[in-house]
Amino acid sequence: MDKTINVTLKIWRQAGPKDKGKFETYKLDNVSTDSSFLEMMDVLNEQLVSERKEPIAFDHDCREGICGMCSMYINGHPHGPDGEITTCQLHMRNFSDGQTITVEPWRSAAFPIIRDLMVDRGAYDKIIQAGGYVSINTGGVPDGNAIPISKIQADEAMDAASCIGCGACAAACKNGSAMLFVAAKVSQLALLPQGKVEAASRAKAMVAKMDELGFGNCTNTGACEAECPKNVSISHIARLNREFLVAKFRD
Amino acid sequence: MWLIDSSIGRKLIMSITGVFLVLFLLFHSCMNIVVIISPAGYNAICGFLGANWYALLGTSVLAAGFVIHILYALFLSYQNMRARGSEPYAVKSSQKGVSWASRNMLILGGIVFGFLLLHMYNFWFKMQFAEISGIKTGNFDPADGAAYVKELFANPVYCLIYIVWLAALWLHLTHGVWSALQSLGLNNKIWLPRVKVISNIVSTIVILMFMSIPVYYLLGCGA
Repeated sequence: MDKTINVTLKIWRQAGPKDKGKFETYKLDNVSTDSSFLEMMDVLNEQLVSERKEPIAFDHDCREGICGMCSMYINGHPHGPDGEITTCQLHMRNFSDGQTITVEPWRSAAFPIIRDLMVDRGAYDKIIQAGGYVSINTGGVPDGNAIPISKIQADEAMDAASCIGCGACAAACKNGSAMLFVAAKVSQLALLPQGKVEAASRAKAMVAKMDELGFGNCTNTGACEAECPKNVSISHIARLNREFLVAKFRD
Repeated sequence: MWLIDSSIGRKLIMSITGVFLVLFLLFHSCMNIVVIISPAGYNAICGFLGANWYALLGTSVLAAGFVIHILYALFLSYQNMRARGSEPYAVKSSQKGVSWASRNMLILGGIVFGFLLLHMYNFWFKMQFAEISGIKTGNFDPADGAAYVKELFANPVYCLIYIVWLAALWLHLTHGVWSALQSLGLNNKIWLPRVKVISNIVSTIVILMFMSIPVYYLLGCGA
């Protein structure tokens, strides 16, 4: 038997970037606890459409925790109260009958609201464009064993590469800092031989872009790591600091 | 200048001045504890660090360290508040593993600074300043530091004020020490928990040494 719950939703509504937003309260009955949070939002939107009201705009795409598009701040946590998942992987069984759920957009000066729960995370793309790639010619696909890389190094790079760029780190940070994101992107390349070549210039360019876009300064609270759906460690931030400082002292 | 323009450069300044101030506190606390062991020995140290050129030079460098640390803290906090945006979250929550101290470093720093002014008036003004200027600021010879300590802590209110101050400083240091190492890049996955433990040990040692003095007088051992 399907278990269902009735919930009250307090959702941020904002018509456009320049408009003033406010919370609207909606009641939704008979929500299956097996449904995902986004499915619940779909049901709510269908209800709103049938009432001839404007549906709630929110970002979503793959709905399997890979793309990094979903971005809701649910009950005080980016991607909701459950750990190490994205909003699309959050299920209604995490909520109880009669509970009030508050849903807010990511809030950070560098992530302006487009509409309702949708924010413009183009700032992260601009940081990647500043240096989050390898531009040297690395030739064709080498044999798997042609470039020896230690397991430790490979694992560390892979852990950094698991960052999906969703923006939860900057949204959770009391300083609106994007350091965990930038650190992950710098680390995943700096740890591998092909990426090491441009490591210094990459760290400098990406940090410069991050600062230019108005992200805050990291104070090592660790809220980013706690809220990261991919559990990216703040030890990558230490690596970014190291890469950046060494590069600057070399200049 | 990248030390001002870049976020990591600004953090570098915060960590270097922070580490410098922690080293000073270690030195200061080692020096203070002598007042319990031997008041005469304490006065000898006060003599070394009175109106001598090296003590004055040290004091100026130290003052500069404080000023830079505080100015950068205000500058960074202002920038961080702007980066957070104008609209606060309606529901605020705490995360596992995020210490209260790390979220309130500015407030703790403010408390530490407020009491620091009182502390400067209590001791620096009556001792080193009195020696330099020759103005009589207290009832004792400025070089008789032990007498000043005994006079101040004869008042239990002052003992309690200093204990509260040191508690705030302890919280500030528990986050500050490891955070400074992290900002300097001296950290990795294995050392992250170790560095946090080291941070707690260093701050606890410093604070216990400092705190032993008001507690010693509060219990009436120094009377």
